[in-house]
Amino acid sequence: MPATAPLHLAAEIGGPPRYDPGHYTGLARLAERGALDFVTLGDSFARPGLDALAVLSRLAPATARIGLVPTVTTTHTEPFHVSSAVATLDWVSRGRAGWNVDVSTTGAEARLFGRRPAAPADELWREAGESADVGSRLWDSWEDDAEIRDVATGRFIDRDKLHYVDFEGASFSVRGPAIVPRPPQGHPVTVVDGTSGPARETAARHADVVLVRATAPEQAAAVRTDLRRRAAAYGRDPDTLRVLVALTVDLGDAETAPEPGLESGPLLAADGSHYRGGPVDLADLITRWHRGGAADGFHLTPITPGRDLERIVNGTVALLQHRSLFRTFYPGGTLREHLGLARPANRYAPEGGRA
Amino acid sequence: MHLAAHFPGVNNTTVWADPRSRSQIDFSSFEHLARAAERGKFDFFFLAEGLRLREHNGRIHDLDVVGRPESLTVLAALAAVTDRLGLAATVNATFNEPYELARRLASLDHLSEGRAAWNVVTSFDAFTGENFRRGGYLDRADRYTRATEFVATARELWDSWTPDGTPRPFTHRGQHFAIEGEFTVPRSPQGHPVVIQAGDSPEGREFAASAADVVFTRHGTLESGRTFYADVKARLAKYGRAPGELKIMPGVTFVLGDSDAEAQERAAEIRLQQVSPQNALLALEQIWGRDLSSYDPDGPLPDIDPDPGSSLVQGRVKHGDPLAVAARWRALSEEKGLSIRQTVIETTGRQSFIGSPRTVAARLTEFVEADAADGFILVPHLTPGGLDDFVDRVVPLLQERGVFRSEYTGPTLRSHLGLAEPVWKG
Ligand SMILES: Cc1cc2nc3c(=O)[nH]c(=O)nc-3n(C[C@H](O)[C@H](O)[C@H](O)COP(=O)(O)O)c2cc1C
Repeated sequence: MPATAPLHLAAEIGGPPRYDPGHYTGLARLAERGALDFVTLGDSFARPGLDALAVLSRLAPATARIGLVPTVTTTHTEPFHVSSAVATLDWVSRGRAGWNVDVSTTGAEARLFGRRPAAPADELWREAGESADVGSRLWDSWEDDAEIRDVATGRFIDRDKLHYVDFEGASFSVRGPAIVPRPPQGHPVTVVDGTSGPARETAARHADVVLVRATAPEQAAAVRTDLRRRAAAYGRDPDTLRVLVALTVDLGDAETAPEPGLESGPLLAADGSHYRGGPVDLADLITRWHRGGAADGFHLTPITPGRDLERIVNGTVALLQHRSLFRTFYPGGTLREHLGLARPANRYAPEGGRA
Repeated sequence: MHLAAHFPGVNNTTVWADPRSRSQIDFSSFEHLARAAERGKFDFFFLAEGLRLREHNGRIHDLDVVGRPESLTVLAALAAVTDRLGLAATVNATFNEPYELARRLASLDHLSEGRAAWNVVTSFDAFTGENFRRGGYLDRADRYTRATEFVATARELWDSWTPDGTPRPFTHRGQHFAIEGEFTVPRSPQGHPVVIQAGDSPEGREFAASAADVVFTRHGTLESGRTFYADVKARLAKYGRAPGELKIMPGVTFVLGDSDAEAQERAAEIRLQQVSPQNALLALEQIWGRDLSSYDPDGPLPDIDPDPGSSLVQGRVKHGDPLAVAARWRALSEEKGLSIRQTVIETTGRQSFIGSPRTVAARLTEFVEADAADGFILVPHLTPGGLDDFVDRVVPLLQERGVFRSEYTGPTLRSHLGLAEPVWKG
């Protein structure tokens, strides 16, 4: 990767559960001041917190540019509903939606639904892949110019530009077309945490953005190369994949340097990689890893969002901007534009038709 | 009097060919209509739902508006641009699971600080089911037993946190659901989001009487409204409920003009826009169950009989016995000398309130005073400006009459509707 490739930055705004929208609005606006590509909000059916997609929808009118990426699980949900909700987040945010695809592996989550027992992760990730696949088919099931409002013939839509998806998966089928017209981005951005083995394949096949946990730049680079190779094997252009290193960040003691031994990289904790140190050193680490071609960017999870996100934006990001390593404003309006990803052509549109 | 605004959507009321008609899907349209409703101090803003595109003769129905965003997501966004307006989503009880939906509704209630409502609809048809994991397995008879248990389960979940904010494990074992665990959302600002029911069968009415806070009905004339109102309110005592605990709100349309005559003229124009020549034939095919595309919409009704076993129409509620409807239509057309299009205009009109603002305000008041309704869900013809005239010209008259609020008195939808917060059943 050439050293000049744009750096992408994203931040998680979850943390201890909060039930007032003002808290999340403040964090998303802060991240937007730093011109970050997107914010994520983690979610699960089994721990306290509001529905993440609802929270980020609530934030859409209160923000202008930043991408909004809720975690949406695919195990106990209906793929048709999920694709409609994500498409709608794209409509209400005018092209800033993504979704972080996740699975529910525990028996506790299964008992909340009572429909099926807990299943192994690789089976669930295969299903997640099918859910992502049918989602993108449904997003394509309306061609962009299907709405014609032709008064002469009395037709609101050209039904030849609407398509049944007729999807037959291993655990569900969907007839289609979508209820929601094709969203502004064509496809909202699909994000997958590809750190674990079972998720890696789904990520390579379906994700636009892959999050990976790594303790050293060489390790991140190797995962990135592996993902790009697998994506290519699925017939995808590897340059349409953005691989972001996921770091949990503790900037609690802003004045100190990183702990000895951490200069070369974050320390891998049980659940992933942690960075502890100051905002300036974090900027240095990001610069080093990115220049070395280890990643297309970083997804930062502040351990205390209120405190650490402020330090990330006003410290780390400000410094990266000062060094001209990160943009100071949004040149485009949609999340795909922030990420440098094209609006996908519609798989159902005839050759030469408007994509 | 209670007032709600229905976003004009996927139906044959919405006039999309009017030059003032804007996007049915851009957020700006939803924002415009919701802000108008809030300016008018309306109780709530209402979104319908359809989970499969309608078909006619095996092809996607293309004459009316097609497509809409997902309701709960739009309403969460609207919570950011409104302060008091209730936010009501229609969500099917057949193709959802109680845990997930109760959580989404409770989330909306928190994000809107107590303004969420759920219109519980039921659909049993395999046609819609083809978009879902479960398919269309549910029997017609089971749809209300599932809906009733669904709402009861949601209420158990909403009650599973103590009022002081401690989650407590819940267990539900019933005919349709066996679930257990811990809910992720504390008791919401309204206790429970407001529950609305739309459906007309005896089972539907019973379900409403036992479990709903509001009934959305199509009984929009004075006579049928009074009969329906009396019937549903009479069912409440059985469940230990007082008549005031369930609000009856018919969905009604309106057309305003400077004078009654001008309003009538405008209403006639709107009918012509709603019933285009193509739409007239389509309405006829829906009764006849036959391909009638060779008929002239300006000519007489066909003399062949309907095919009662037809499956021409998919995804739309069918009304009555086609042979009887056809006989009625024929009699009317012969008596008045009406063409196909004129007959359809005559028989399918749902324009309930037509007149000057003064006339409409008086008629609405009359309905409420005669126990034909507790309020109205207004269905405008136009997106998104269709409510503006009503808010600017009719609402002030209702306020002058003292039948409608001039200011919101409370923060939550329950407070607008005069409904108590449900008692916590820990
Ligand atoms: C006023 C009204 C509005 C309705 N709106 C919807 C809707 O938006 N989506 C939907 O799927 N069904 C809707 N329904 C259908 C009902 O949920 C129900 O399926 C139908 O009325 C048949 O039930 P019933 O036999 O009890 O009348 C509506 C029904 C009524 C009366």
